[in-house]
Amino acid sequence: MAKKPISFMLNGRKVETLVEPRELLIHVIREQLNQTGSHIGCETSHCGACTVDLNGRSVKSCTVLAVQAEGGTVLTVEGLPKNGTLHPLQEAFTQEHGLQCGYCTPGMLVRAYRFLQENPNPTEEQIRFGMSGNLCRCTGYMNIVKAVQSAAKKMQAAGGK
Amino acid sequence: MATTAEAVEREQKLQGVGCSRRRKEDARFIQGKGTYVDDIKLPGMLFGSIVRSPYAHARIKSINKAKALAVPGVVAVLTADDLKPVNLHWMPTLGGDVQAVLADKKVCFQMQEVAMVLATDRYAAADGVAQVEVEYDELPAIVDPHKSMAPGAPVIREDIADKKEVGHGPRTHPNHIFTWEAGDKAGTDAVFANAPVTVREEILNPRVHPCPMETCGCVASFDKVAGQLTVYLTSQAPHLVRTVVAMLSGIPESKIRLVGGDIGGGFGNKVPVYPGYVVAIVASIVTGVPIKWIESRIENLSTTGFARDYHGIGELAADKDGRIQALRFTALADHGAFNSHVSATKFPAGLFSICTGSYAIPKAYCRVDAVYTNKAPGGVAYRCSLRVTEAVYLIERMIDILAQKLNIDKAEIRRRNFVKAEQFPYTTALGWTLDSGNYRAALDKVLKAVNYEALRKEQAEKRARGELMGIGISTFTEIVGAGPNKACDILGISLFDSCDIRVNPTGSAIARLGTMSQGQGHATTYAQIIATELGLSSDEIQIEEGDTDKAPYGAGTWGSRSTPVGGAAAAVAARKVKAKAQKIAAHLLEVAEGDLEWDVDRFKVKGNPSQAKTMKEIAMAAHTSNIPDGMEKGLDGSEYYDPPNMTYPFGAYLCVVDIDRFTGETKVRRFYALDDCGTRINPMIIEGQIHGGLTEAYAVAMGQQLVFDSGGNILSNSLMDYFVPTAVETPKWETDYTVTPSPHHPIGAKGVAESPHVGGIPCFSNAVVDAFAHLGVTHMDMPHSAFNVWKTIHKLGLDKHA
Repeated sequence: MAKKPISFMLNGRKVETLVEPRELLIHVIREQLNQTGSHIGCETSHCGACTVDLNGRSVKSCTVLAVQAEGGTVLTVEGLPKNGTLHPLQEAFTQEHGLQCGYCTPGMLVRAYRFLQENPNPTEEQIRFGMSGNLCRCTGYMNIVKAVQSAAKKMQAAGGK
Repeated sequence: MATTAEAVEREQKLQGVGCSRRRKEDARFIQGKGTYVDDIKLPGMLFGSIVRSPYAHARIKSINKAKALAVPGVVAVLTADDLKPVNLHWMPTLGGDVQAVLADKKVCFQMQEVAMVLATDRYAAADGVAQVEVEYDELPAIVDPHKSMAPGAPVIREDIADKKEVGHGPRTHPNHIFTWEAGDKAGTDAVFANAPVTVREEILNPRVHPCPMETCGCVASFDKVAGQLTVYLTSQAPHLVRTVVAMLSGIPESKIRLVGGDIGGGFGNKVPVYPGYVVAIVASIVTGVPIKWIESRIENLSTTGFARDYHGIGELAADKDGRIQALRFTALADHGAFNSHVSATKFPAGLFSICTGSYAIPKAYCRVDAVYTNKAPGGVAYRCSLRVTEAVYLIERMIDILAQKLNIDKAEIRRRNFVKAEQFPYTTALGWTLDSGNYRAALDKVLKAVNYEALRKEQAEKRARGELMGIGISTFTEIVGAGPNKACDILGISLFDSCDIRVNPTGSAIARLGTMSQGQGHATTYAQIIATELGLSSDEIQIEEGDTDKAPYGAGTWGSRSTPVGGAAAAVAARKVKAKAQKIAAHLLEVAEGDLEWDVDRFKVKGNPSQAKTMKEIAMAAHTSNIPDGMEKGLDGSEYYDPPNMTYPFGAYLCVVDIDRFTGETKVRRFYALDDCGTRINPMIIEGQIHGGLTEAYAVAMGQQLVFDSGGNILSNSLMDYFVPTAVETPKWETDYTVTPSPHHPIGAKGVAESPHVGGIPCFSNAVVDAFAHLGVTHMDMPHSAFNVWKTIHKLGLDKHA
C-alpha cells in the first residue's frame, strides 16, 4: 500500500513519518515514533487506554487515522512534564494511589489533563462523568477521582496552569 | 516494637510494615515508562495473527494458504500440520487434559485457533488472516452443560472419546471430564432426612471473564546460535511457564528465559499457557526470528481465561432456630471444549470445599461434575483462589434463603452460626483448618457503623409504600495462599515461593522473589516487610520479580498467594540475614550473641544501649575481614517457603440498594466493607486493592456475563457487550478493618486482594434479592442488570401504575 508522508507536533517536537492511509494513530505513535506510554486496551474506543490529546481534544487514538493528525498537535503522557518537573496530575496520581497496574494510567492522565482545562474546578460527579471514557480495572476509580480533585486544587492555587 | 520517641522516629524512617508509603513502582507508570509486552520491539521481529473458527463445532475440510501467502508482508502461515513434525500441535493442559494448539481436523469452540499468519507488521498479518481459506463442515454444538451428558449427545472430543479418564478419575460419558466430591455423603443425607427445616435453591455463577486492561501476549525470540529462548510474556507465573515451555520444547530449562516485565492487570487471566504463546514460541524456534503475538480484546474475551460457569444447587438443613446442621452443595461445571482449568493437581474443583464459609456446620458434602461444551476452554479464577467465589456465593446466598424461610433476621442468623473466636483454629466438616478469625466482632462493627436497625426500619417503611430497598450482608471467609506443599502442586511442582536477599556493603539491599506483580505493588510491600525485619529503609530495598534468569523459582502471583507465601519467604529470608548480622554484631561489640537485643535498626547490648551496631554498620563489616573466624563473607539470605497452612482472611460487608420499580435499575446507595487480612503491611495499598476488588465484584454481580446463542456464537466479546463499569456506575466504597493475625504466618499477614471480590459478589446479590424478600423471592441469578431485575418486577406485577 502506498505510503503517505505526514508531519505533526508530538509533545512539542515536530515529527515526520511515512504511513499507510489506513494506519491508526496509536500504532504510529507507539511503533514508529517509539512513544509507548499510550496503550492499546480494546481497539474499539471503549477503554481509553490509548487516549491522547489531538488539537486540544481528547481522542481515542486506536480509532483515529494517523493521517488525521497531519499538521496537528498531539500530546501524550510523555509530554506532560514541563522543564523536567512532573505535571501536578502525575504527582497527584501517585500521592493519592490512583494507579495500580499502570496500564490505564497514561490515558487517564492525558484525559484528566484535558478535562481540567475544560473544567478547572470540577465537582466529584463532574470528574466521574468527565473521566468515564477511560476504564480502569484495578482502582475502582475512587483514588483516581481524588487525584484529579487534588491536582485541580493545586493547579488552581498555582494560577490555573 | 520501638518504645522511646527516638526509636519511634527511627522506625518511621524505615517506612516498614504498617506504613502507607507511596509506591515505588509509580514513577515509571505515571511517565509512560512501563515496559509491557507490546512495548517490546526486537530487530527483525515478525507479527503473528491468528485465524479463528467462525463455528462452535465443525470439521475442517481444508485449509488453503495460497492467497494469504501472496499478501505483501506475509512470511508464513502455520497450521496444525506444520506443528506436527515437532509434535506441538497439541499441548498438555494444567487440568490433566490436552488442548489443540492449532485445530487438528476439528474445531470445538467459536474463535478456536486454526492457523497463525506471520507477517512483517500487524496490518500485513491481519490482511493475511483475511485471506486464509478454511472450509468447514458444521456440526451440532452443545451450549447448555445440562445437555452435555445426554444419551446420544454429539461427542465434542473425539480425540479422547475412548479415554477412561482425563486426569481426575473415571468418566461416564464422552463429554464427561470428572466427578469430584468431598465430605460425608451418607452422614449428610441422614441429617437432611431428619432435619426440622431444609432449604434448596438452584444458583448460577455465570461464565465471566477477568478482562484486565492489557490483553495477553508474548514476544518469543530464539537465538539459534546460542540455543537460547527468551520469551517476554504476560504471565502471573513465569517460572511455571518456563517449566512448561521446557517440557514442550525440549530446550534445557537453563536456556529458557521468561520475562514478565510490567503486566497490565491479570486477575487470573494470565495464569494459563495459551495456544497463541505456544505457536509464537514454535514459530520463533523454527524461523530464528522474534515473533510477537498480542491478543485483541475480542480474542481475549472470546478465548483466553473465562471463569466460573458453575451451575450449583445449594441445600441446607437446620433446626427451627436457624442453626445449620448440614450442608449439601453440588455443581455442574462447564469447562468448555478442553479442560485447561487451572488448579493444584489434587484439587480438580479448586477450593470449592471451602463452601462451609464462616459457619460451624457439623456435616457437609459437596460434589462437582465437570463436562465439556462447545465453548472456550478454561477456566481460571477471576480474582479469587480457584472456585472460592462459587463456594462463598453459594453459602452466603443459602444462609439468606434459610433466614427468609425461618423469618430470622439475616444478621442474626449469621451470629447463630459463626465459628466462634475461641474455636480457632477450627477444622471444617470438609477438612480445612481455619487459622484465625473473629467473625462476630467484624459483623457487629459493621452493623453499628451503618446503624443496621435504622436501615431495617427504613426498609419496612418503604416496603409499606411499595418502594424497593434491599440490604445485603455477606460475612465471608476466604482461603488463600496456596499452598502447603504436602497437598498442593502444579505439574508435580510444590507451591512454595521464594525470596533471595542480598545486602550491599553500604546497607542497601536487593531482594528477588518468585512471585509476579500485576499491579499489586510488590516492589513496595515486600520492601516494607524486609525493612521492618532488617532495620533498613524500604526506599533502599530494591525488589525484582518476573525475570526467571534473576529470580529464584516460585509459583507466581495468583490466589492471593504473594503475601501469604512470597511475603512469608521475604520475612524468613530476612530473619536469616538478621541472624548472621547478630553474630557479626556480637563479634564487633565483643559480647555474646545472647547479650544483644534488637532495637528497630540495630543490635544493642542489653543494659548498655550506647553500645550498638546498626544494620548498616554490620552490612559494611560483613564485607570486611572484621567478622568472626570461619564465617563466610557477605550478608545474604534466601528462603523457599512452604506454608504450613492456607490463610483465611475474612470480612463483613453490607450493601444498601434502591431499585426503581418501573425500570429495574439498581442504585447502590451504600457499600460498607470491613476486611480482616491479619497484619496490615501498607494500608494505602490494602484500601486500593479493596476498592478494585469491590468494583470487580460489582461488575460481576450487576452486569458481566459471557453470553452464547444456541449455536455457540459468543454474543458478548467486546467492551460494547461485556460490562466493565466506568467511574459513573461504580459505587463509592466505605472501608473498615479489624486485625486478627494469622498464627502461622511469619508476620501474621493473610492476603487481601481477592476478599473484596469473593465477599462482594454475594453481598450485592443478597441486597438485590432482599429488596424482593417480602414478596416471597428467594433467589435471582446474576447479573442483576436492569433488564433482569425488571423481569422479576414485571413477573410480580410491581410495575403496574396504581
